Amino acid sequence: MHPHVRRHLLGDLRRVLLSSVSSDAHTWNLVYLQLLIEELGPEVVNLGACVPDALLISEALRVQPDLIVLSTVNGHGYGDGKRVITALRAHRALRDLPVVIGGKLGVGGPISDTQTDDLLAAGFDAVFGDDAAPESFRRFLDRLVPSPTGGECVP
Amino acid sequence: MTATVTPGIDGFLAEAAKRAALVVQPRMGFSDPNQMLRGLLAVTGANACTIATITLDSYTRVGDYAAVAEAMRTGMPLNGYPLVNLDPAVTRELVAAIAHTGTPVQVRHGSGLPLDIFQAMAGSGLAVTEGGPVSYCLPYSRVPLPLAVDDWARACELLANLADQGARPHLESFGGCMLGQLCPPSLLVAISVLEGLFFRQHGLRSISLSYAQQTDRRQDLEALRAMHRLAGDLLSDMDWHIVLYAYMGVYPRTRSGALDLLGDAAELAVHGGAARLIVKTPAEAFRIPTIEENVAALEYAAAVAEEVARGEPVTERLIDSGIHNEARTLVEAVLDLHPDVGQALCRAFATGVLDVPYCLHPDNAGRSRSYVDASGWLRWSRVGGMPLPRPAPESLRASGSASGDLLAALSYVERRYDRENESARKPSRD
Ligand code: B12
Repeated sequence: MHPHVRRHLLGDLRRVLLSSVSSDAHTWNLVYLQLLIEELGPEVVNLGACVPDALLISEALRVQPDLIVLSTVNGHGYGDGKRVITALRAHRALRDLPVVIGGKLGVGGPISDTQTDDLLAAGFDAVFGDDAAPESFRRFLDRLVPSPTGGECVP
Repeated sequence: MTATVTPGIDGFLAEAAKRAALVVQPRMGFSDPNQMLRGLLAVTGANACTIATITLDSYTRVGDYAAVAEAMRTGMPLNGYPLVNLDPAVTRELVAAIAHTGTPVQVRHGSGLPLDIFQAMAGSGLAVTEGGPVSYCLPYSRVPLPLAVDDWARACELLANLADQGARPHLESFGGCMLGQLCPPSLLVAISVLEGLFFRQHGLRSISLSYAQQTDRRQDLEALRAMHRLAGDLLSDMDWHIVLYAYMGVYPRTRSGALDLLGDAAELAVHGGAARLIVKTPAEAFRIPTIEENVAALEYAAAVAEEVARGEPVTERLIDSGIHNEARTLVEAVLDLHPDVGQALCRAFATGVLDVPYCLHPDNAGRSRSYVDASGWLRWSRVGGMPLPRPAPESLRASGSASGDLLAALSYVERRYDRENESARKPSRD
């Protein structure tokens, strides 16, 4: 599936903050994504399961990552994601930081296009469904980094 | 007012045992009480010997009652039943509505700090539940283990005291399901037994020990035997039984693969002497199952179990790969740390005497690792500080990327069952 991307981003990708959302306890997704991202180069700070909004925000301010990756599969992702991105974007220092979310985001299977648009409008830069292949995530990460020739590709 | 109280589990299991029926149970919970009621009625009406389930939502699990309230206000569907936020009268009505069937109802919740939930259960006539200070803390929360141990101790005492009001409290350890997958059997058995001892120390008399189907049937049979033996030795003064979980890791995506895996779980339950089976449905890999999907899975598992029970008992030679010895060594090493089981568990994790592979919880040492070997057995590749034999050097695998290897191990069962079905090597029982 093609990820829904709000805008394209530029910058160096050195440090990624990886996290679950407040209500989600699943961690295999986090363990897997940490390895996947590390293999692409960046250092990963993994906050683990059930991360309260306030903790995610304070860690984002402290770690100053180049990208935040939220991963959640318990079905509350749409609600949890919308709430936390709204809170996060309210901080001036985090307003332009690339933030993406992915996983199993709704209790009735994949979320609707309208819900995806809601999440993008609330401030996510990309929303990945559960069936997002590792390649599509890799391609997305590639786009975050300027290519050596200076030209960047836009989806 | 005398509230209806859900029936106890032991008498129910004894009745089922007389008929040689495997008791089957779903993992079911809905945010809407009417749908929850329909679900409970459907489960009690299924053509199988069932125990009903109320699974709680993830906000309630982490104690975020404001988020539950907000979801209830906006009508956002939750992934379970919000027991604590709902008026206890609503839940009492559910309990009363199925009381005539004599079916026990178990509350499943995954909470590191369960006291609020236990209080709400007590107010709603519910006294059968599951969890444990370790098994509901490490895989389900970021609550510091000592706080979970404290809260669980008080919750156990509250539950045990419900016996004074005519209830028959029962608590199941979720220790046999740690992280759902890739936790070698000896550690699963040890944690279940240790939580059983914790429950006893805090007043419970009726408990169950869980074990989740892993990657190989013969290894699982050995693990279930080890669990019977240890529980027989250490918990003989309790009412206890073993509950088997159909595979708790990444589930097959094909319908027939999912049903074959469930069928194998039912067979394992019968051959391994489990009294109860928690089922999974073909929706598992994708989304929360519907009521109908749950009922179909219950009936399917019960039918397979009945067929297996009528057939030959296992005749193949029993294997001893050392699961019993490893589990006993772990249990004894933990009990040596402190006379109080809760304290002993805290010290065990702090010092790495217990160490769950791939668990990200801050109180887990995180130095152990596991893998699925070439013959499909789940093995230790690193034991960290656990007093276990050092594993043979891990066999080299082709892949190369750590993320790819992890995904391959996580999806070993899924691939095996889906592939068997694609090539139709194994006829589906469907
Ligand atoms: C293992 C497991 C558990 C374990 C988790 C242990 C742990 N600490 O991790 C245990 C048993 C504890 C557990 C508990 C629960 N679980 Co669970 N669990 C699973 C299971 C079986 C496998 C998940 C897994 O490990 N996958 C392996 C990892 C590597 O893959 P993944 O998580 O699917 O993520 C992939 C993609 O989604 C994607 N992805 C994920 N995030 C992101 C992010 C980005 C940016 C990108 C690009 C991609 C991406 O990449 C990954 C690799 O392909 C699934 C069902 C299944 N798939 O078979 C259910 C499942 C996820 N669980 C589910 C639920 C509901 C729960 C519970 C709420 C209990 C309940 N009501 O049943 C609790 C969670 C409590 C809480 N507070 O949240 C539901 C979620 C349904 C939904 N979305 O509506 C599922 C689908 C089962 C079901 N059908 O009901 N679970």
